[in-house]
Amino acid sequence: MSEWAPSRTASFWSLAFRRFMRHRLAVVGIVALGMLAIMALAAPLLAPHSPTTIDPTTFQGRPSSVHLLGTDSVGRDVLSRLIYAARVSLSVGILAVTMYVLIGTSVGAIAGYYGGTVDLVLSRIMDIMLSFPPLIIILFAVSVFGRPSLWNVIIVLGLLGWPAVARLVRGQVMALRHQEFVQAARAIGASDPAVVMRHLLPNAMAPVLVAATFGTANAILVEAALSFLGMGVQPPTPSWGNMLTDAQSLTVLEQMPWLWVPPGFMILISVLTINFVGDGLRDALDPSLKL
Amino acid sequence: MATGKASEIILEVRNLRKYFPITKGFIFQKQVGAVKAVDDVSFFIRTGETLGLVGESGCGKTTTGRVILRLMEPTAGDAVFEGRSIFSLHKEELRLMRRNLQIIFQDPYSSLNPRMTVGDIVGEPLEIHNLARGKDKVRRVQELLEVVGLSPYHANRYPHEFSGGQRQRIGIARALAVNPKLIICDEPVSALDVSIQAQVLNLLEDLQKEFGLTYLFIAHDLSVVKHISDRVAVMYLGKIVEVCPVEEIFANPQHPYTEALLSAVPIPDPGMRRERIILPGDVPSPSNPPKGCRFHTRCLYAVESCRVNEPPMVDVADGHYVACPVQPFKHQRSKAAVLKTPA
Repeated sequence: MSEWAPSRTASFWSLAFRRFMRHRLAVVGIVALGMLAIMALAAPLLAPHSPTTIDPTTFQGRPSSVHLLGTDSVGRDVLSRLIYAARVSLSVGILAVTMYVLIGTSVGAIAGYYGGTVDLVLSRIMDIMLSFPPLIIILFAVSVFGRPSLWNVIIVLGLLGWPAVARLVRGQVMALRHQEFVQAARAIGASDPAVVMRHLLPNAMAPVLVAATFGTANAILVEAALSFLGMGVQPPTPSWGNMLTDAQSLTVLEQMPWLWVPPGFMILISVLTINFVGDGLRDALDPSLKL
Repeated sequence: MATGKASEIILEVRNLRKYFPITKGFIFQKQVGAVKAVDDVSFFIRTGETLGLVGESGCGKTTTGRVILRLMEPTAGDAVFEGRSIFSLHKEELRLMRRNLQIIFQDPYSSLNPRMTVGDIVGEPLEIHNLARGKDKVRRVQELLEVVGLSPYHANRYPHEFSGGQRQRIGIARALAVNPKLIICDEPVSALDVSIQAQVLNLLEDLQKEFGLTYLFIAHDLSVVKHISDRVAVMYLGKIVEVCPVEEIFANPQHPYTEALLSAVPIPDPGMRRERIILPGDVPSPSNPPKGCRFHTRCLYAVESCRVNEPPMVDVADGHYVACPVQPFKHQRSKAAVLKTPA
């Protein structure tokens, strides 16, 4: 866009960035999310111990100077596991959502743009997929795929999530398709893919981006739930969900808060910050909101 | 305005029909009827002239324009542009043909992509048709913006930074980018303030002179049409009822509907009085149009045969076509004939 120099007004993205920066919670969210991401990437440098090494001297040990957040029921350092678990949660969230946003956007754009029979068939498939109870399907699929693993969770979430996005994109595309700027693009001879990529999707993506952030938060929650039930990420690989498994015991719940409060808190923080960022993005990507 | 009375026909539309199906049922849909938006419309436009297409809301004028450009597929009929049928073109041929035919839209707000800069909007046709790239494109876009009365530095702004009139100029610049021969103006000024309307109309006239453009000018405002058109076609409920030179339609309207339409044009003189013709009833539904003459349900002169026979288009006086056999203005018509006879 800089080709239209001399530049007097800022580009769309720099305006969006400025609008985003005015959204205080979103800035807090993106900073916190950045810190989580750094934590996940630099886990080996930050963690005081290996997340899988067992300290035979302390089981379910209280927080101490050696183990800042105590140890779990087999003697592993809780703080180290907490840091490493960020890798699991963030990769589940990001990969699963990327996967279903890509599928959902393509399907939704095709259904909305071509309409008619194509739309009818695709919409019924979406309806059928949306009527499945997701957690049951995931439990079933994870067990059918063989032993539960991180990748199974990502793939199942990715394959199940797309109809919601597809519906969103379909509705947006259908509304935009009759706008005069889309007719104008067709009148100047733009091809179907060009119309969709240049004119329809950029205008349809704001709600998708918002849905994707909420979806990321949701994927993190689902992963935690699955791991908590023992169908997700398997120990000894740490995940915030499987760390909470210990809290199934009443003794732990009542007397050893260091085992379940930190992972619970991390889930809360990550989901909350991602939602703040989604809110900020929604406002930032609306070009009619002036500074 | 163009002078080429004798010049050749650039676009001829023959028996154009566009029906929108009305379907029933959820999964197994069946057609239960059709909205006959455009029903057997024929007209032609000569090179360099402006044909005004007027009629009230919902009469099918916009649909006619969109179908000619194949933004909608026609149900039947043909549109011949410079000897080639637009409706039988294949995808790639149609894409190339689009360089000749362009459109200016009614709504200056929804006709520009809010996510693109003005430069990208005006430059897009250049890219699609490989007319200019890189520095050439930038130069051409700046040139186009100047032609429509904007500044070259407006190129890097977004549409929401402009007023309605300016946005309409951007839409005109986009249409001009491919050097078209014919532009369909779909009510290009009806969304603008009156003062801005005049500016945009004058711009369109200047551009026509400068680039030898031909316009199909769709409007519902007869005073706008009077200003810009060479000939006028009046549409009612999917059909053209009268076509004639612009002076003729104001001096000598032949169809009862045209007469009623004209009586609704405000006179800019508070002292003047004129008889307003108020048509009884509403426009019938285009999904179930009246038999015979479509206007008979509201016509002040209708006779029995109007309910049965569909009136054909008849040339009543030197290029003045009208679809009304009752001839309520027979006396005027003979007067017209006298006036038209060369001395």
